[in-house]
Amino acid sequence: MLNYTLRRLMFAIPTLLVISFIIFALLDLAPNDPTGNLPLTIPPEVREQIRQSLGLGDPFLIRYLKWLHQFFVNEPLNILSQITGADIFESADRLRIRSWATRSPVVDLIVQRMPQTLWVVGMSYVVGILIAIPIGIISAHKQYSIFDQLGTFVSMIGFSVPTFFTGVLLIVIFSVKLHWFPSIYDTNHKVTDWSSLVFQIRQMFLPVMVLALYNTSQISRFVRASMLENLNQDYVRTARAKGVKEKTILLVHVLRNSLIPVVTVIALGVPTVFSGAIITEQIFRVNGLGQLLITSIQGGDIPVVQTLTFIFAVLIVLFNLIADVLYGVLDPRIRYD
Amino acid sequence: MTDASQPDMQLETLPQERSRAMQLWGRFRDHKGGIIGAAVFLIIIIAVTIGPYIHTIDPQFLDIRSKNQGPSMLHPFGTDNLGRDMLAQVLAGGRLSLSVGMVAMALSLFLGTVVGLLSGYIKWLDGPLMRLTDLFLALPLLPLLLVIIMLFRETLRAIFGPETGIFILIVFVIGITSWMHTARIVRGDVLSIKNQEFILAAKSGGTREYNIILRHLLPNVMSSIMVSATLGIATAIITESALSFLGLGFPSDFPTWGRLLYDGANFLQITPSRVLWPGLAISLTVLSVNYMGDAFRDALDPHKVKH
Repeated sequence: MLNYTLRRLMFAIPTLLVISFIIFALLDLAPNDPTGNLPLTIPPEVREQIRQSLGLGDPFLIRYLKWLHQFFVNEPLNILSQITGADIFESADRLRIRSWATRSPVVDLIVQRMPQTLWVVGMSYVVGILIAIPIGIISAHKQYSIFDQLGTFVSMIGFSVPTFFTGVLLIVIFSVKLHWFPSIYDTNHKVTDWSSLVFQIRQMFLPVMVLALYNTSQISRFVRASMLENLNQDYVRTARAKGVKEKTILLVHVLRNSLIPVVTVIALGVPTVFSGAIITEQIFRVNGLGQLLITSIQGGDIPVVQTLTFIFAVLIVLFNLIADVLYGVLDPRIRYD
Repeated sequence: MTDASQPDMQLETLPQERSRAMQLWGRFRDHKGGIIGAAVFLIIIIAVTIGPYIHTIDPQFLDIRSKNQGPSMLHPFGTDNLGRDMLAQVLAGGRLSLSVGMVAMALSLFLGTVVGLLSGYIKWLDGPLMRLTDLFLALPLLPLLLVIIMLFRETLRAIFGPETGIFILIVFVIGITSWMHTARIVRGDVLSIKNQEFILAAKSGGTREYNIILRHLLPNVMSSIMVSATLGIATAIITESALSFLGLGFPSDFPTWGRLLYDGANFLQITPSRVLWPGLAISLTVLSVNYMGDAFRDALDPHKVKH
C-alpha cells in the first residue's frame, strides 16, 4: 500500500509540472499587456521599463523556471515563516508573487478569501453528504416505492438544473418575494453574539442550499446505486437466512460495503466543489476564491490567475490520489501491488 | 445530429446489427423517463427551429416604449429593458445554445473516439494517450475555460467576426476539454472487443488495420458512444451557459440561454420572468437529455436484460 502511494506521488509530480507548464504557457502566449491599464500619457520607454521591472524581458523558459522556483520554494517558505513568525533564510528579502492589480502578495489575497469559500462551499458539501446518504439508503431499501421515485426524480432535477438557475430562482422566491433571506452575502459580518450568529446562518442559507442541492443529488444517486448493487450480493441472502434483522443488514453490512465507492466519489468531488463555487459565489456576491478568480481574469491580473488555477490543479491531483489510496485502504479486496 | 445519424447508417448495412439496434430501441422504449425525455427534447428542437417562423418578431428589434412588460398577447414572455420581445429572444437563444451543445458534443465525441480507439487498439500508443487523458482530467476546467476565453476572445472576434468568432472559440474549448470520459469508455470497450474471434478472423483474412478499426471495432463501440453523446450535449449546454452566465460567453447581441439569464438577473425585481424562461429552457433541455442518457445506459446495460 505504501509502495503504491509512493508510486502515485511520484507520478503526481510530473503531472503537476506539465499542468503548470500548460497554465504558464497559455497565459504567456495570450495577447495581453499588464501595462494596458496604465494611463496613456506614460511614454513608451517608461512603459517598457515597467514591463522589464515586472520581469517580462526574460526568455520564456527562464520565466517559467523562475515562476516554478517562486511557487514551489519561495512561497511555501514565506507561508511557513508567516505561520511560525520565525525568520527562515532572510524571509524579509525573499520575492513574493504579487498581484498586478493590488500590488499585494497573491498568497495574502488567497488567505483573505479562503475562509468565505471554505465556509459556504465546504458547508454545502457537508450538508449535501449528510442529506444524500440517508436518502440513498432509503431509496435503495424501498426500491420503486413512492419515496424512491420521488427521490430519483428530485435528484435528477438537482443534477440537471444548473446552479446559476437554482440560485437566481431561490433569490427570486426567498429574497425578493418573501424577504426571508438576504440575497447578498455580507463578508464583513462578524459573529459576536446570538443575533449576529442568526444573521450569519441566514445569509449562508441560500448559497449553501443551492450548492447542497446539486451535491446531494449527485451523491444520493451514487449511494442508491451502490446500495442496490450490494443488496443483491450473496452475503445479504446469507445474513437474511441466518435471521439477522433487516435493519442490521441494511445499516451495518450493506451500508459499510456500499460506502466504499461513495467515499472515493466524495473525495473526488472536493476539488469540483471549489470550481463549482465560482458560479455560486458570483450569484450571491460572496467574495471568496471563485470571485477573486473572476475579477482577476477580467482585470488581466495574470499572477493571481496563474496561482489560483494552479492551486485548483493541485487540489484535483491531490484528491484523485487520496481517493485512490482511500479505496485501497477501505477495501481490503483491492490490491495494487 | 450528424453523429447520431451516422451510426444508424452503418448499422443498417449489417443485418444482424440492425436487429441489435431494434433490440436496443425496444429496451429504450421500456424506460418511461427516456421516452418522455426524448419527446421533450424533440419538442424543444422543433420549437426552436420552427418557432421564429411563427412568432415573427425580430429578437433584436428595440421597442423602447414597451419596455419591461409582463406577458401579453403580442409578447407572450414579456419584454426586456430595451423592449425586445423575450419569446423571440429565447427562441433565437435556443438555436444558438443547442447548436453550441451539439457541435461541441460532436467535436468531443470525435476526439474521444479517436483517442479511445487508438489507445485501445494500438498497444504502444496506449500508455502515452492514457497519460494524456489523465492529464486532461486533472486540469481545472472551468478556470481554464474562463482564462482561454478571456485571453483569446478579442483575437478570434477580429478574425471571424463577433458571432462566429465566439462560436468557434466556445465550441472548440468545450470540445477539447470534455473528450476524456468518452475516450476512457471507448478504450475499455475496444480492449474487451479486440481479443474476440471476429477480429482475429478479420485479421487472418488480411483486412487492413484501419479497416478493422473502422468496420469492425467502431460499430461495436457505437452504442457506448451514443450514451456519451447524449450526456455530452447536456454538459456542453451547461458549460456554455455557465460561461455566458459569468459574462465570458456570447455577447448580448447574440444571446444564448445562459446570456439571457445573466442579463435578466440584473432585472430580477422588475421582471423575474426574464430569468425564468431561459432558465427553464436550459433546465428542461438538460433534464430531458439526461433522462435520455439514462435510458440509453439502461438499454445497453447487459445486467438489465429482461428476465
